[in-house]
Amino acid sequence: MLYREAGDYSTSYPEDSQTFPIKFDRYRYYVILAVAFLVIPFFINDYWANAVLVPFLIYSIAAIGLNILTGYCGQVSLGTGGFMAVGAYACYKLMTSFPEISIMIHILLAGGVTAAVVTLFGLPSLRIKGFYLAVSTLAAQFFLVWMFNKVPWFYNYSMTGMIGSPERTVLGIVVTGPATDAWAKYMVCLIFVTFCAVLARNMTRGSVGRKWMAIRDMDIAAEIIGVNPLMAKLSAFAVSGFFIGIAGALFFSVYLGAIEVTEAFGIEKSFLVLFMVIIGGLGSIFGSFAGAAFMVLLPVLLKNLLVGGLNWPTDLAQHLYFIIAGGLIIIFLILEPHGLAQLWRVAKEKLRLWPFPH
Amino acid sequence: MPDQVLFAAEVMLNGLMAGVLYSLVALGFVLIFKASGIFNYAQGVMALFAALTLVGIMDGQVPFSHLINAIFGTNIHHFGWHTPALLAIILTIMVMVLFAWLVQRFIFRHLVNQEPIILFMATIGLAYFLEGVGDLMWGSDIKKLDVGIPKGMNETIESITHGAFGYGFFIDNLDIFATFVAVILVAILVCFSQYTKQGRALRAVADDHQAALSVGISLSYIWILVWSIAGFVALVAGTIWGAKSGVQFSLSLIALKALPVLMLGGFTSIPGAIIGGLIIGVGEKLFEFLVGPWIGGATENWFAYVLALLFLVFRPQGLFGEKIIERV
Repeated sequence: MLYREAGDYSTSYPEDSQTFPIKFDRYRYYVILAVAFLVIPFFINDYWANAVLVPFLIYSIAAIGLNILTGYCGQVSLGTGGFMAVGAYACYKLMTSFPEISIMIHILLAGGVTAAVVTLFGLPSLRIKGFYLAVSTLAAQFFLVWMFNKVPWFYNYSMTGMIGSPERTVLGIVVTGPATDAWAKYMVCLIFVTFCAVLARNMTRGSVGRKWMAIRDMDIAAEIIGVNPLMAKLSAFAVSGFFIGIAGALFFSVYLGAIEVTEAFGIEKSFLVLFMVIIGGLGSIFGSFAGAAFMVLLPVLLKNLLVGGLNWPTDLAQHLYFIIAGGLIIIFLILEPHGLAQLWRVAKEKLRLWPFPH
Repeated sequence: MPDQVLFAAEVMLNGLMAGVLYSLVALGFVLIFKASGIFNYAQGVMALFAALTLVGIMDGQVPFSHLINAIFGTNIHHFGWHTPALLAIILTIMVMVLFAWLVQRFIFRHLVNQEPIILFMATIGLAYFLEGVGDLMWGSDIKKLDVGIPKGMNETIESITHGAFGYGFFIDNLDIFATFVAVILVAILVCFSQYTKQGRALRAVADDHQAALSVGISLSYIWILVWSIAGFVALVAGTIWGAKSGVQFSLSLIALKALPVLMLGGFTSIPGAIIGGLIIGVGEKLFEFLVGPWIGGATENWFAYVLALLFLVFRPQGLFGEKIIERV
């Protein structure tokens, strides 16, 4: 997997080791950043922010987190929903206990708390492997959701058992609570997405990432060439937990504002994020974005088409959504088991030679 | 005897009965995993689908009536006849065999040699698909399933225990019936796999795919067979659970109950599935009874998983699973 192209020369070491060594990729990255930061905030409205863009950005972070664990380190996790709940509740407790500290710091700290919890649940991975591990992460999922439901300290003894995010500002702009503007929500999420994606990208191409991949490909062989499986596996769990915690905190504080834990962070969330990772492509940061976009857009499109376009009842549209989503997942897995990222790679290869096939 | 001990004994007995039901679902998982290495998440939804189909056929519902009504603006729901239970069960078995063939033909034939995680994801996709199809075909309202299974408290046991201990145990007839069915089902499965040609081929495939292929066993035929058997097991589990608590979406969640059973017993062992189910059933009922009141109740959701996790830390392949041998 040599990430270089003919005709694209580097003349110094820093140039050779930058995040995107290929010129085309680098410019594409700059253009996307420029559009995301400078164009979209001026055109965004409530519908687009709440239905498409904000969930897309938040799920991207969660998908990157799970991709690090499952795609790069090979440890299948079905506990993503529960781990997102840890992020959300950590953020809530921090927001209500220390109102004078900035929400941005709270979200980062919530990521840290989640990292610690996920590492704890990652400990059995040293002995349990494969599907046994996947099923044992379900223990985390069910236990955590149950705990947030039953221990009143977590929801500050409120009567409903729900948690709601109080209004907080960053640089004088309201970012949480019902009075938030669409663009403010979008910008907060975008800042975190950029931060996480850059971090993830650089980690996965450095020595940490290579250790993860060695463990994924064959853990005994990796151990023999000198990778410490304890450190490699637990660091993957910790980093993945950090991202998933940030996603959970944003999901609660910025996107929804008020949540009920069994509804918002049930097992469906775990599967949803896992679908994003698999459809996007295991072991690819771009794939996480592609998968998140696909899984967020699909229900919106179907709903607009069936309920808005054909006037069918919503429950029927819901059943059809299940059929179509399930069918598409199977079709995708059959046609391209390596996900949208691989599709993109293949398309690039084809276009490079086009129209002359040799 | 003090009351607490009697209560605990009653809870344990009920736990055993619940454990039998978990084992029934877990059996379907083990069969498919052994024969094809596919971890079939859709087993729970298959149970739901089988139960829905059974109810639908018995009540003479028109399949896809919602969709037809939405497209053509008609208003049809029922054919207006009722099918006897036995005929309906046979028809449902035929539907499940057809389903097995479709799954094999259109999904897993194209996924041969893929990694296990990809196959697992495909079965999750299948679970979504089947859930949608089931709801679309038969409607998503809660249905009553009545195939003549006895229900209610067993009075014989109540009066005997009342005479012996001065406290009558409450045990549901349905649970006793389920236990009998499970025992018969396991006996049939064991006989089938030990004494018939197909069963022998099935064991050969479970042992070694390539060797089985090289002595002339058709893999696709065995896989269809195994999915059909899993469909049949799903039908039995779905019928009993459906008779117990109505046929509705939550029926598919029993798959989640079966997963810790599998972890505990090992993915590849049929006795493991049964003993694992009993341990989990008794364990979670006793834990809920003894510790639950102290920590807020509803511990049944997660206790099974934590118990299985603790077991696994000491025996990573489950109680009866094949020893995991790792080579570089």
